[in-house]
Amino acid sequence: MASLDDLKKRIASVKSTQKITKAMKMVAAAKLRRAQENAEKGRPYSEKMNNVILNLSNGISDKENAPKLLSGTGNDNVHLCVVMTSDRGLCGGFNSNIIKKAKSYFSKILNEGKELKIITVGSKGNDQLKRVYGDKIIENISFKESKNVNYFDADKVGKMVIKKFAAGEFDICIIFYNQFKNVITQIPQVQQIIPLNNEQDENISDESYEFEPDEDEILNNLLPKNISTQIFKAMLENSASEQGSRMSAMDNATRNAGEMVDKLTIEYNRSRQAAITKELIEIISGAESL
Amino acid sequence: MSEEFKVEIVNPEKSFLSKEDVTEVVVPAFEGEMGILKDHISIISFLKPGIIIIHSKSKQEKFYVEDGIVEFKNNNLSILTSSIFNLNEIEKNKIQDLIKLAEEESNKPEINDQSKYIVDQKIEVLKSLN
Repeated sequence: MASLDDLKKRIASVKSTQKITKAMKMVAAAKLRRAQENAEKGRPYSEKMNNVILNLSNGISDKENAPKLLSGTGNDNVHLCVVMTSDRGLCGGFNSNIIKKAKSYFSKILNEGKELKIITVGSKGNDQLKRVYGDKIIENISFKESKNVNYFDADKVGKMVIKKFAAGEFDICIIFYNQFKNVITQIPQVQQIIPLNNEQDENISDESYEFEPDEDEILNNLLPKNISTQIFKAMLENSASEQGSRMSAMDNATRNAGEMVDKLTIEYNRSRQAAITKELIEIISGAESL
Repeated sequence: MSEEFKVEIVNPEKSFLSKEDVTEVVVPAFEGEMGILKDHISIISFLKPGIIIIHSKSKQEKFYVEDGIVEFKNNNLSILTSSIFNLNEIEKNKIQDLIKLAEEESNKPEINDQSKYIVDQKIEVLKSLN
């Protein structure tokens, strides 16, 4: 059994850990509220953008000559995967969930004999992926300097993706991120952004639009913007998810630390009592022997 | 009959402005300025750098945009833009900064004609604000 002194030290150290996790939880909670607000505020833009593109692509008469960003290159040999993770750890399963999802997708692609290229956004994802897929990672971006998620950063990623697409470096682009559902649930998402998935929406009106200039030009202008917008949306969802995940992870850690302190305190009291009893027995038996 | 329609301006971060009592909006569309009144035909167009003017009953508001998309449908005007500034709130040095940025871009050797045209337009609009 550990000595009284050791127990005392352990209790103190667990207590100070608990203080730290508690503080982190509070910070995450405050940040979560803001991140969640941002994610919700950002939704109208990406939804509207999607609507406009859907309307446009429906209006295109000449499907053969549609822009490549919309219709794809016709091949699916090279996949570019943009894996979005956080720059900081201690957020529970947040990063691991994305990585797990991404890895299962990677092995599926590689089994099919297709080529794989990876862009990691956020340093944690890079750390976890570089051991196995190090040679596949072509770019690693991290936004440690920017405090908040902003469109400018997303646009940088988007422009890079488009540049690579224009250079014919890949056929299909997929982004991985966590969608924020609530504080305890974040769903890892796989979303294809190039070519654009034409999910049929029921509420599409077949009302015709007037275009100025013509459809092609608008689409050519709009599609790159849409890529940045989708990436921005993913970043917003990710940052809300990260804070949510960190909050619940830190909440658990605080609770566990509390339990541990309780257990250690009981052990400490017991051994203290045992030491006292032992001393008493020694005194009494000593007195009796006189 | 009222002559009012609804306008909504959204940027990636948030819904920038939403108004119900708008009578006319002038947007700097790609092929020239375009005034939109109630019951305009459904239209999609994109914007070049310029000034958006929103006339409502009580007042008139001006915004500077660098790019964006306008969609008008069923008397709902949506403007999607990534860079918009209210001209009443924008500061003089901010305008100067923007001009400087644009001029730097315009002087890059690898710039192509189309983006040069847009950047030059931007500079012109910004200078006219001063």
